[in-house]
Amino acid sequence: MSAVILADDIYVAQNIGFGIIAAVMIVGALKVVTSKNVVHAALSLVLVLAGAAAQYLLLAAEFVAVTQVLVYVGAVMVLFLFGVMLTRAKLGQEGDLNNKNALLGVPVALLMLGVMSWVLIDGFEDTKLPQDGDQVSVQAVSDSIFKPYLLPFWALSFVLLAAVIGAIVLARKD
Amino acid sequence: MLINNFLLLGAVLFCIGVYGVIARKNAVMVLMSIELILNSVNINLLAFSQLHDNVDGNTFALYIIAVAAAEVGVGLAMVLLIYRNRKSISLDELSEMKG
Repeated sequence: MSAVILADDIYVAQNIGFGIIAAVMIVGALKVVTSKNVVHAALSLVLVLAGAAAQYLLLAAEFVAVTQVLVYVGAVMVLFLFGVMLTRAKLGQEGDLNNKNALLGVPVALLMLGVMSWVLIDGFEDTKLPQDGDQVSVQAVSDSIFKPYLLPFWALSFVLLAAVIGAIVLARKD
Repeated sequence: MLINNFLLLGAVLFCIGVYGVIARKNAVMVLMSIELILNSVNINLLAFSQLHDNVDGNTFALYIIAVAAAEVGVGLAMVLLIYRNRKSISLDELSEMKG
């Protein structure tokens, strides 16, 4: 442990970027769970998911970041907005989105956050991420998917097939 | 950068999502909170993938994204079905399966 901190060890730009994106994500997530308007909550969720894609880029996972934008921000959010619009007659202020005992969630969440933060700070004190590496290449990811993790990939294909058929069967009018 | 930056961000998002699942009554809002939880897991997976210089974390993050998409599809189909039958998606009123 040297007392002198070299400028290369700090990564100012990454840390500032991380801080801004993380703040936006946390504010967005809080709006998702506290907003009284379903559509506003869905739009805040877009903010969180896009921020997560940016964090994936900071973590050198460019393919996952692109997939996140395509699948989450593109497809899943459209599904959510459809769900909101098909189940609500009017898109205005809704006063009754919370449970009777919603306040019970606050101590539960805070307790979990406290325990997890304590464990993480205790366990990883100042472990640094390696920052000099390149982005994870798409080739490496596909080699990993189609060589050692081929069986989960097949299982996942069946899950998707079952989900597609199940969604059609459930949602059609007959 | 410290790995704890990312892990603590994941923990915060996870706890916000858990609060949402507990506190929300609207079924669509509960599904959104579940998405928050799944994303926090993905951030953790990719952070450890970067820490250990190993691609497996990326692979499983992709699998989680696929499973989340399937889950949202089926979940919203069920919500639509419930809405069509009951004209309400309030989870408080779904008590038929209570023993």
